[in-house]
Amino acid sequence: MFGAGGGTSSYQEIEETDLIIMWGSNAREAHPIFFHHVLKGIHNGARVFAVDPRRTSSAEWADVWLGIDVGSDIAIANAVGREIITRGLHDEEFIEHATQGFDAYAESVESYTLERAEDISGVPADAIRQLAIEYGNAETAQLCWTLGITEHHNATDNVLALINIALLTGHVGRYGSGLVPVRGQNNVQGGGDMGALPNKLPGFQDVEDDRSRAKFEAVWGAEIPAKSGKHISLMHEAMDEGELRALFVLGENPLQSEADSKEMARRLGALDFMVVQDIFLTATAEIADVVLPAAGWAESEGTYTSSERRVQRVRKAVDPPGEARGDIELLSILARAFGVDWPTPTAEEAWDEMRGLSPLHGGMSYERLENLGGIQWPCPTEDDPGALFLHGRLWDRPVTGPRAPFHAVEYSAPVDTLTDEFPMRLTTGRRLDSYNTGVQSGRYSSPRRIHGVLDLSPEDGEALGVAEGDEVKVSSRRGSLTAPVRFDRSLRPGLAFMAVHFPDDTDVNVLTVDSWDPKSGTAEFKATAIRVEAQV
Amino acid sequence: MDIRNLLYKPSEAERNAVDAVLGPPDSVWDGGSFSRLDGHVAYGGRAAREQRHLLLPVLHAVQDAVGGVSRGALGYISDRLTVPPAEAYGVATFYALFDVDNTGATTIHVCDDIVCAQHGAEDLCESLDEALGANGSRWERSPCLGQCDRAPAAMLHRPGKGYANAAPVDAETVRSIDFEELDPGLVHQDRDQLRLLGRIGEDPSSLDAYREAGGYAALERALELGPGGVVSELEESNLRGRGGAAFPIGMKWKGVAEAPGPIKYVIANGDESEPGTFKDRLLMEGDPFAVVEAMTVYGFATGSTQGYVYVRGEYPTAERRLKEAIRAGREAGLIGANVADSGFDFELEVRRGAGAYICGEETALFASIEGHRGEPRQKPPFPTQHGLFGKPTGINNIETLLAALLVVEDGGQAFASIGTDQSTGPKLFCVSGAVRSPGVYEVPFGTTLGELMEMSEAADIGAVLLGGAAGSFVGPDSMDLPLTFEDTREAGTTLGSGAVIVFDDQTDFAPVLRRIAQFFRDESCGQCVPCRIGTVRQEEALARLMADRPLDSSKTERGRLDDLARVMTDASICGLGQTAASAIQSAMRLGLPGAPT
Repeated sequence: MFGAGGGTSSYQEIEETDLIIMWGSNAREAHPIFFHHVLKGIHNGARVFAVDPRRTSSAEWADVWLGIDVGSDIAIANAVGREIITRGLHDEEFIEHATQGFDAYAESVESYTLERAEDISGVPADAIRQLAIEYGNAETAQLCWTLGITEHHNATDNVLALINIALLTGHVGRYGSGLVPVRGQNNVQGGGDMGALPNKLPGFQDVEDDRSRAKFEAVWGAEIPAKSGKHISLMHEAMDEGELRALFVLGENPLQSEADSKEMARRLGALDFMVVQDIFLTATAEIADVVLPAAGWAESEGTYTSSERRVQRVRKAVDPPGEARGDIELLSILARAFGVDWPTPTAEEAWDEMRGLSPLHGGMSYERLENLGGIQWPCPTEDDPGALFLHGRLWDRPVTGPRAPFHAVEYSAPVDTLTDEFPMRLTTGRRLDSYNTGVQSGRYSSPRRIHGVLDLSPEDGEALGVAEGDEVKVSSRRGSLTAPVRFDRSLRPGLAFMAVHFPDDTDVNVLTVDSWDPKSGTAEFKATAIRVEAQV
Repeated sequence: MDIRNLLYKPSEAERNAVDAVLGPPDSVWDGGSFSRLDGHVAYGGRAAREQRHLLLPVLHAVQDAVGGVSRGALGYISDRLTVPPAEAYGVATFYALFDVDNTGATTIHVCDDIVCAQHGAEDLCESLDEALGANGSRWERSPCLGQCDRAPAAMLHRPGKGYANAAPVDAETVRSIDFEELDPGLVHQDRDQLRLLGRIGEDPSSLDAYREAGGYAALERALELGPGGVVSELEESNLRGRGGAAFPIGMKWKGVAEAPGPIKYVIANGDESEPGTFKDRLLMEGDPFAVVEAMTVYGFATGSTQGYVYVRGEYPTAERRLKEAIRAGREAGLIGANVADSGFDFELEVRRGAGAYICGEETALFASIEGHRGEPRQKPPFPTQHGLFGKPTGINNIETLLAALLVVEDGGQAFASIGTDQSTGPKLFCVSGAVRSPGVYEVPFGTTLGELMEMSEAADIGAVLLGGAAGSFVGPDSMDLPLTFEDTREAGTTLGSGAVIVFDDQTDFAPVLRRIAQFFRDESCGQCVPCRIGTVRQEEALARLMADRPLDSSKTERGRLDDLARVMTDASICGLGQTAASAIQSAMRLGLPGAPT
């Protein structure tokens, strides 16, 4: 955010804040560890708002749930912004000193009256007004979101709309107030931090910046391409155009995790060559030319980085089985095969090299990580304790560094429009006991597991004349599948839900649309137009 | 919240019973039917979760209405209060009076506890299948119903009607027991000489009668003294709690008064469940206005504006009379905003227990009011800092509160002049069992056991159980024992709750001890291991010894009982486990007939 790819706050702040907004996040099921901290915050008296199309088990904890129509987030956020300005609840001092572009923003939200937002989102104006008033008045507030915000064709605009209201109220850069994109799994944050992004080197240093590149090249003894690489949606296009002919897949299962999976199967099948490095023989690995068996979490030495930017040590407990090798070893061998003279470093040697290059991590020796129980970046030097929260500089007077910009953004409806032919909105997500495409979690039994089903409101079930467990045909503009029906009170009529975990039984991505956000490259998994038909 | 609850629906009667307590539902999210708006907004969260304390009142409402708590009712209750169904089930099954398996039947709870067993309860139980077979009622065994002065006792529960006590009953009368209200009980002493029992026998529904008999003089004096003055009198009186722990009351009230924060609570503990104890029932049924007045003084002295009287579920008459007294008090301006024009606001609410001995333990009682299983908490923190709903809380039993009322009325010094130095004031004893005149006796502390036996016309005494199941036996050689906190402690016994159960010299104590062991096994809340497992093992070892089938030898079984006693006493978190072996151990020490040797 404002140039750094991480949440601004610490878990401790969630526990002590006055107001928590869960926007497009069912953290109770998707980020249960993070939700523990939310629960502590609730226990300590925090008010909670949930903005989500479904009244999820997270939303049940909220004092107010705003049940928006899928994809109407910007309309709500802009209306909240307008209401805050109208009521004079914005922080004029902060806006004047620490931000830029306020006037253009204020003008851009002028048309987002509560009534208009209600029209677009379905949420009563009173509830939107209440959110605006409480966010505007709160001493401290945490604004948290996840894929409900980012898996849209306008993902970046959605995020900007949320950042706008935080800038408006000064809810960032202070203890207890912040912006929290909750990260998945245990180390998604670490992956981004280490440069597993098409345009960044470790520590979010720009690939296209000559000086940054030179610094890395000097240590690596190899040349780095001077242009940013492609994010996944651009890769799809490049594959379709025949420009991209070979793929190296590390710990991903794109055959099943990407939108419009029929298209994806065709794409991957048309490649000249594909290598998959994974700890499981995933569906993608099965169609690969070469599979490199990698080491699992208990078989690897290294670090994980949590959503609060905390780098923590992880230790190897057992040796990898059979021919499996650690990721560092596999990559070193490959590098040598490509003609670069790299030794195989230990995890600590690789880390020390990296922290010599990334100022964010400069002060994080293994010894300090161990002694301090992890350190939150940025931590440039070995006498730096790490950062509880980011962007405290915005409260310096005069502000240090660049001002935080407002970005005027407009509501834009989901690409896959609802019509008489495809009248229902399907959204996707996770359940508590499963991960993504189920590669990691499907092998374990769980008393809570709900296999591939289509969740419907009881009212829609009745209208269709189906009972729980009945098979129905689900069709979108791209494909169709059959699935048993499950009734779920968290859904209203017209809204359906499928989990993404069971591609082998019910491959929801046969239905989803691969329209993607040009700025982030994320596809609009959250908004598919479908038709549901009872099977006779 | 986690478990879906779509399969079972409440009946109309169940729904109405719940709605009568909570009002109709607002939306689909709290159990109503779906409307379009519900799909786009929901309010709830903390406000909904904070209704959790209504769980027991709602369960009672359904139990009363239909004679049980069906799955449909439980599901509806869960929706209404946003309590996960598994949690609600956990609470419903914790309390003996909520029946999740049988709905719709009239049930007769028949006491087979220590005192009723002395009066033929076992023969009565054996005749019941036949006696009740014809009229479709169910019956079940119950621990002490607090009617020991007229044993054997029963309690009737009829769907749509509620509960009623009946005592004494026999195989004939048990068929036809109905909702006739019993007198509180006989007072054998001259009322004019009594302070705590002085008003028993007056019309308990009349505020005027209460005032005429000296009622509300204490509140008047309290308002003159001010909160600090009340506490000073209590300190001077050296009044100690009558519930068993003998805690100095002045110190407790002062602790609550000085605790920080604007919200504090006071509670009257009317969950009198110790076998052989019925004095608080007598007071609540016979002198309910005194309880209300004492609570008002308690609230005034401690700065609490909300009080609760937690009444044992088996005391329907006490509950009704207290509610009536509160209503009458409110109409007379003695409860509610601006009590007696003093500027002090005080609300008082009756909460009903549901059949759980453990809820007499103060922190378990908090859990019960909060809508949870009655599981005790670790102390510290003590209730005066962290009590009901996590707020500073004063809690005393009924007798203690009425004694506090005397202190305020007469002054601490006058109160302290009664009894001994360390045990001041008058004390109530519940005498039952092998005596000709069972009942509640008010005597000054220091009265000997022999004097009390004489008053109640005991003869041929084999042993006396002081303090009920959690107390200990003393032999006929203890008649000179002065009944004070200090003397009983020195003699290795306890006054406990004031229960005095007398056994004649023909008694076989084997069934008595087994009943006590069974009582603790049944009533252990199951939370902490020493008590949960210890009470079961104790009962098993006792059963083997009495059946003359010891594991290894009688000697090892005796050793096992001693070990269990030590573990439970040392390691249980509350008084239940700590005293679960006390009576049995004392019987063995005294070598009572039938006790393991």
